[in-house]
Amino acid sequence: MAKSNPAVEPRSARQPARAPAPASGVTRKMSLRVNGDVFDLDLDVRTTLLDALREHLHLTGTKKGCDHGQCGACTVLIGGRRVNACLTLAAMHEGRDDGDDIATIEGLGAPGALHPMQAAFLDHDGLQCGYCTPGQICSAIGMLGEVRAGWPSHATEDVAAPQIDLTDDELRERMSGNLCRCSAYPNIIAAIRDALDRGRA
Amino acid sequence: MRPFTYERATDPAAAVAAAAAGDGAKFISGGTNLLDLMKLQIERPSHLVDLRRLPLRRIEDTADGGLRIGAQADNATVAADDRVRRRYPVLAQALLAGASAQLRNMASTGGNLLQRTQCAYFYDTSAACNKRSPGAGCAALHGFHRNHAILGASDACIATHPSDMAVAMIALDARIELLGAGGAVREVALRDFHLLPETTPHIETVLGPGELITAVLLPAPPRGRQLYRKVRDRASFEFALISVAAIVSVAGGTIDAVRIAFGGVAHKPWRALEAEAALDGRPATLDAFRAAAEAALARAVGRGHNDFKIDLARRTLIATLAALTEARP
Repeated sequence: MAKSNPAVEPRSARQPARAPAPASGVTRKMSLRVNGDVFDLDLDVRTTLLDALREHLHLTGTKKGCDHGQCGACTVLIGGRRVNACLTLAAMHEGRDDGDDIATIEGLGAPGALHPMQAAFLDHDGLQCGYCTPGQICSAIGMLGEVRAGWPSHATEDVAAPQIDLTDDELRERMSGNLCRCSAYPNIIAAIRDALDRGRA
Repeated sequence: MRPFTYERATDPAAAVAAAAAGDGAKFISGGTNLLDLMKLQIERPSHLVDLRRLPLRRIEDTADGGLRIGAQADNATVAADDRVRRRYPVLAQALLAGASAQLRNMASTGGNLLQRTQCAYFYDTSAACNKRSPGAGCAALHGFHRNHAILGASDACIATHPSDMAVAMIALDARIELLGAGGAVREVALRDFHLLPETTPHIETVLGPGELITAVLLPAPPRGRQLYRKVRDRASFEFALISVAAIVSVAGGTIDAVRIAFGGVAHKPWRALEAEAALDGRPATLDAFRAAAEAALARAVGRGHNDFKIDLARRTLIATLAALTEARP
């Protein structure tokens, strides 16, 4: 049971009352550009990008793990940059003309025409159960773009160095936003390195 | 999440006006902290003002040799900026030590400063928390408080501020530019922006209603070498137990300029002025570093589980200073 603490000023002493919140969900018409196609939706503004993709566009390749930005299973690419789809609202990315370009695992490749990073994950068994895999693959593709742009990481000795020496320590640090409960990490690193070495990704 | 209305701000003045119109309005930018807390109903805004399209993303050189970082610039872009990496490496290092690559791609500079504490009792809505529910009490005081504050805490709150970026920025004497209602622009030293908990831990900064952070202003880089060192329970994607941002200049074996800030120790990023005073003009030796560490932590208070952080803070400071000056035991 919470004890009251007389040393603390009540909120009312310092803050005015809140403006009334809407009684129920507020919907908004929005256009989302996903994998090159534009989709028109009428969504509750509370809908995260992750839920818009999975529940409304039925693009269920993007997974919901923790729903709090801690596991990386929901990683998608927005404008080529990796983000957690669970911690952003669909409304923040919508726009028929000025919306963001969103890429999910479904947009990277298809059976028979896999993206090189997808093929490398298969070649190296970069997975066991596979639940984290779409996020791992989107993240790895975004990560290699960051490396090509010369971005340093926490594992980079000299942050001002123009070139990145992409050691395994660098790969592990750069992929730390993607958890794998099956602990396929060694094979994930091997897959990413193979995709990189063969210039496939 | 509780229901809310949403609008996309088109210019900074309109964003301020929209946020000032009702106390339930909040700005959203990266969303990485706010949406996390909204899902848990710890944050319950009735209206969101989306700042992502505002023209506040640029990183520009200033006339005095410094840098102006737009508040909407994301953490990854700031860390990758060539000027930041060359002139303010302590800031690039601090940014890269925080969160994950995905979160850094999303999180804004202004939002990073305004992120809420990671105290588990703040997150647990069944626990007493003066920050979440003023007057309710503090479950952390007699709970599990291994990673709680050792400096500047009060009996109302022993939470810490989780930012790495802000620790480097206060070592760099950063100022922030604020836009208020009616177009009023003011500058505040970042060191004075965050508040200690005292009896009002729910009031975390000096921001007025609707006031918007538009930029972080870095003065010209100070003399000396820079280093950010972070100690945490796992090697990556974890908040600090203790972090140190240090900038030290040594001439002829004597320290002639020094800046020190700690993360993970207090309700705000902590500038260690006592340690700076203890080092200024002294020889760059381990004895001097030990004396500075004693001075920095002289008023530290452990609550039990977090007692170890006092010694860890001392040791991290000494190690950071030794690395910067190449002093040997």
